[in-house]
Amino acid sequence: MSARFSATLTGLSALMRYCAWRYPAYRAQLAERDLVAQIRLRDADVGRWFELKGGALRSRAGIHPRPDVVMSYETAEIAHRLLTPAINWGRLVEAAKGFQLRAEGPDDLVYRFTQAMIAARRAGWRSGTPVGEGVTRYTNMTNGGPCFVYVKDGKILRTTPIDFDEDDAPPWTIEARGRRFTPPRRTTIGTHGLAWKSLVYSPDRMLYPMRRVDFDPNGERHPENRGKAGYVRISWDEALDLVAAEIRRVKMEHGQGSVLFNHPSHHTWGNIGYWTSGLFRFFNAVGTTRVNHNPDSWEGWYWGAQHHWGNTMRLGLAEPYGTVEDMLKEAELVVFWSSDPEATSGIYGGHEGSVRRQWLKDLGIPTVHIEPYYNHTAAFMRGKWIAPRPGTDAAMALAIAQVWISEDLYDKHFVSERTVGFDRWKKYVLGEDDGVPKTPEWQQAETGVPAREVRALAREWGTKRTYLGAGGMGIGWGGACRGPTGHQWSRAMVCLAAMQGLGRPGVNFGNLQWGTPIDTSFWFPGYGEGGMSGDLVNTALSISLYQRMPQFPSVNTPAQIIPRVTLPEAILEGQTQGWPRDSRSIEGQFLPIRYPAPGHSKVKLFYRYGGSNIGTMPDSKRYVQMYQSKELEFVVNQSIWFEGEAKFADIILPACTNFERWDISEWSNISGFAHHAQLQLNHRVAVMQHRCIEPLGESKADYDIFRELAQKLGLGPYFSEGMSDLDWVQRMFESTDLPKRISWKSFLAKGYYVVPAPVERLRAPVAYRWFNEGRRKDLPEPHPLPSEYKLGYLQGMQTPSGKFEFDCTTLKRYAPDDEERPPILKYVRSRESIASPRAERYPLQLMTPHPKYSFHTTGDGKDSVTNDLEEHRLLIDGHYFWVLRLNPIDAAARGISDRSLVRVYNELGEVLCAARLTHCARPGVVHAYESAARYDPVGEPGHSIDIGGAINLLTPKQPQFARGHAMGNSNCLVEVAPWNGPVPRSSQPDMPDLAPAAQAARVAGVRR
Amino acid sequence: MSKWNLIFDVDLCTGCQNCVLAVKDEYQGNSFAGYAAEMPRHGPNWFAIERRERGEFPVLDVVHRARCCQHCDNPPCGAAAPDGAVKKRDDGIVIIDPQLARGHKQIADACPFGAAHWNEAVALAQHWNFDAHLIDAGWPAPRPVQACPTGALRVVKLEDDEMQRLAAAQGLARTAGGESRGTRVYYRNLARFNRVFVAGTVVGQEGGLEACVANAEVRLIRESETIGTTTSDAFGDFRFDYLQPGNATWRIAVQARGYQMREVEFNREPSCWLGEIRLDPA
Repeated sequence: MSARFSATLTGLSALMRYCAWRYPAYRAQLAERDLVAQIRLRDADVGRWFELKGGALRSRAGIHPRPDVVMSYETAEIAHRLLTPAINWGRLVEAAKGFQLRAEGPDDLVYRFTQAMIAARRAGWRSGTPVGEGVTRYTNMTNGGPCFVYVKDGKILRTTPIDFDEDDAPPWTIEARGRRFTPPRRTTIGTHGLAWKSLVYSPDRMLYPMRRVDFDPNGERHPENRGKAGYVRISWDEALDLVAAEIRRVKMEHGQGSVLFNHPSHHTWGNIGYWTSGLFRFFNAVGTTRVNHNPDSWEGWYWGAQHHWGNTMRLGLAEPYGTVEDMLKEAELVVFWSSDPEATSGIYGGHEGSVRRQWLKDLGIPTVHIEPYYNHTAAFMRGKWIAPRPGTDAAMALAIAQVWISEDLYDKHFVSERTVGFDRWKKYVLGEDDGVPKTPEWQQAETGVPAREVRALAREWGTKRTYLGAGGMGIGWGGACRGPTGHQWSRAMVCLAAMQGLGRPGVNFGNLQWGTPIDTSFWFPGYGEGGMSGDLVNTALSISLYQRMPQFPSVNTPAQIIPRVTLPEAILEGQTQGWPRDSRSIEGQFLPIRYPAPGHSKVKLFYRYGGSNIGTMPDSKRYVQMYQSKELEFVVNQSIWFEGEAKFADIILPACTNFERWDISEWSNISGFAHHAQLQLNHRVAVMQHRCIEPLGESKADYDIFRELAQKLGLGPYFSEGMSDLDWVQRMFESTDLPKRISWKSFLAKGYYVVPAPVERLRAPVAYRWFNEGRRKDLPEPHPLPSEYKLGYLQGMQTPSGKFEFDCTTLKRYAPDDEERPPILKYVRSRESIASPRAERYPLQLMTPHPKYSFHTTGDGKDSVTNDLEEHRLLIDGHYFWVLRLNPIDAAARGISDRSLVRVYNELGEVLCAARLTHCARPGVVHAYESAARYDPVGEPGHSIDIGGAINLLTPKQPQFARGHAMGNSNCLVEVAPWNGPVPRSSQPDMPDLAPAAQAARVAGVRR
Repeated sequence: MSKWNLIFDVDLCTGCQNCVLAVKDEYQGNSFAGYAAEMPRHGPNWFAIERRERGEFPVLDVVHRARCCQHCDNPPCGAAAPDGAVKKRDDGIVIIDPQLARGHKQIADACPFGAAHWNEAVALAQHWNFDAHLIDAGWPAPRPVQACPTGALRVVKLEDDEMQRLAAAQGLARTAGGESRGTRVYYRNLARFNRVFVAGTVVGQEGGLEACVANAEVRLIRESETIGTTTSDAFGDFRFDYLQPGNATWRIAVQARGYQMREVEFNREPSCWLGEIRLDPA
């Protein structure tokens, strides 16, 4: 056995020597650092050493007297098992967990040597497709879809959507009403996806690690100057040493939970690079207070709708299967309610749904669009526009139900057989319990919509097979669910759908954004599956990926959690409380989170990934105050661009984009609580995310930043398992179903694989048909979890009764007296209503929906090409202003002209915007997208007008109701006034000019 | 010789602006010798999408139209340019030569469509040249077409007489002033962009409550001529679209079962919503 071990090592040294001779890149890698590594058995003096010196490799059998690195196997038998190809990751991980395989020595040298071993394997790999004239065509994936990336001389030439070639799988066809519909053989890309070249080469890219100029870790730290003072360039070594030292210090000085990390909702795409992956493994290894992310685009569905019907694994959204075909074949009317898929592309869905909605137009199926703003989808579909005042949707829905009940226009069989609690709700609707019948006439005072229109809509809806497209995905999500009365709206949507017999042909949830007949059985993980995180608790890793790609598990040990919306209060006031996002059960949301946790430290070190909070979180000047608090002894920001809260750190670590690192992923595959999100695509596409160009400046892949920081903390081999990001990419490739269809080398070269559509017989059944017909659930989703079924597995809904509940048992058990969220849906007027006393001072209702041209903050600002879209930002006097849209009537009343500057304000703050006059805004309503990337206060941060467009400075932090953590900030009261002064300038620090002379001048001139 | 033509369908455009960014992506940071010099990081969009709102709250139509170099067969920019600075290729594509045209601002000024943009930094008139460098490299379509998710933009390479037949068959129109200059960009459903509508809502009564009047017969009369008839929908809404713009005195005659006939005269510039037209019971 030990002879075989020796022979294997001889083979390894021969392979390494051959590769060094054959491949210059490998030769260069060996030359990076001199070291002596010993591979040996532990039960005998058998082994071989490898000496790297000046790039030359020398290797001899035997035991070296002074190796830098020792890799040891317990016995020859174990070594043989682990070293015999192909690599069995499960065995390898088991051996390491049992300390039968050890790597000892300085972390960075261990990594260098494992890389010298592994890289020999990769030496001959070729990526991308040469297309002539020195241009290589690579592939990558964005939040807006996959793309080809043409690169010449190390520079990105162009990015385009992917046109399929003749080898790629053919698409599906739907036959409906005598016509055949087939999507084009290509991918579409979201508008922001085409801005990426300008984002990569943005002048706001941070190219070097930086330290705040007045931050002295051994002296005065000046936390009060965060967001005011400038930065100086430092080396990676200095930056990482400092961060590692601070992590050690606060853990020892303050104790458990003193380190906090927080990530944004989204990231640059890729299963290995995503925050669910390396970032989780790293912070689990450090041990941190976690931030509980409220379901911020799901709010009303999670806190409201799921009490009626469960679906907790989708955070309360509807089942999405089979609805494209059913709608095209059966529907007679489609109601889009707070639903603008042409703006939000579902999420991650490129522009895939547009062609399907065009088919609906081709078939002449009428549409109705309910939203205070005449949105892009309404314009494309040319349907009937009904514009309720923001936050009043539930009143209109109740009136629709009242008409249906009074005129006998609902599915009585379904209501009696498949639902409970209808009679109690009916009493409320008819006014039998409170004396107020919820008639169309009643709702008119609330919504501003004529009673006759609501009655006409109710009759159309009640007499035609009608699809309800609720929210951006059509199955819920986004739109009104994010407002102060969001839970009322979501509850209203599901109650109306239940009255019409959810699941019968032509009656379902959908807006053609989700529900395509694609293959859902081909296995490929989404980012929710956790990549190489090892995190079996906070990702979906344990479901399939952990078995398919065994890896070191990782566990976060501090029990302390902070609810996201009150993170600033946690720091500033030292305590806070909230409720969790828990998708396992309906009741999970009732367990309070309290900070600080018993025996845990308050947060002292904040490691923030990204810079989006000031643009995206409600009442966001709170973040300015939080960062300037001395409670935070140390703040690290790891970001790509110098924007938003990145400027409020002590140390900045510059990450690179996904075009500058290796990764692997599938388009729109989120997994987790958006299982089978590829159902919004016309084709499933798995993509090799090539490292198309080298990282700009000294920026690094997130993976490498965490790996090097882990090495500084003695966690290096645990974090990386000796692997580079490309090694992990290949390891993940092997774990998927891809190798059954395409070889690694072909995938690496071509860059993508199109998963064929299933034959018609294997298409998923239509959502809720099983429930409507009283059968066992037959959809390809493993939801709800087995214990959540009450009648028996796959029988009935997740609710306590197994039926749709108009009168929610879970709310009756938890808080039957809650007037804000009662067991039956009631209309409760929004505090941001025009009937509020505050409306005297702030008479306009501001809507802040998800943006169309940027992906939240990605694609915005950064001097990107998106700035040149006047629908996105408007150039006035040299500054690109965020756009506020208002009706000409409201503009005239205030002396506001088109393309002029306006001050948008309320008691929380003020933002300078560019006014666009449009009839799309109903009078009394103004519209600005949420999530500007920039925060540009003109004076003291948090106390002066912002010209960056951070409209969430004006939105309320109050939750939708007291006993829940539902953000409700997508509409609020404001006033708008003309701005007649000169265009003010931002007081925010600029990116340092990193030429030494300029840097010295900047240090001298910094504001204190 | 077959030549390139670009076709834009107003009905298929969602206003996504992919075409705009695709062209910016192609020319920012890139120059293509003999074809195009680099585009400035910011500035006018060589390929632009114009947005037009027709109507008013609560009856609206929002439409888009692509605006770019029209690749005229008789290009005014060519007439203004020194020899060779503007090329009209055999395949119909117009190219402002990035070398020979340098310093000639009159080339930009000569474009009647506002599609040639003066780049002060390099003293050059620049335009969207159909991505001729890609076409010559064998691409089947230029960038804005490739990036268009709905097929609102497409290209055809046809003999001129074939193109005219296609234009007639599909109701394609050229931009104003395009016929005489021989523009090669065609628009489908352009009436949605440059014509106007008159809309209104018919309101009646039912059981003492206000009600939408469906299936009312509505006539639009100018002077004494009926220029359109339509019926109201379930919401009582009606619309006469694709009218010639301009002020006129109009009359609307509404007749619905169970109601007295009503005529309303108005003098408003369309596109407009006439508001609620209330009928009295018969």
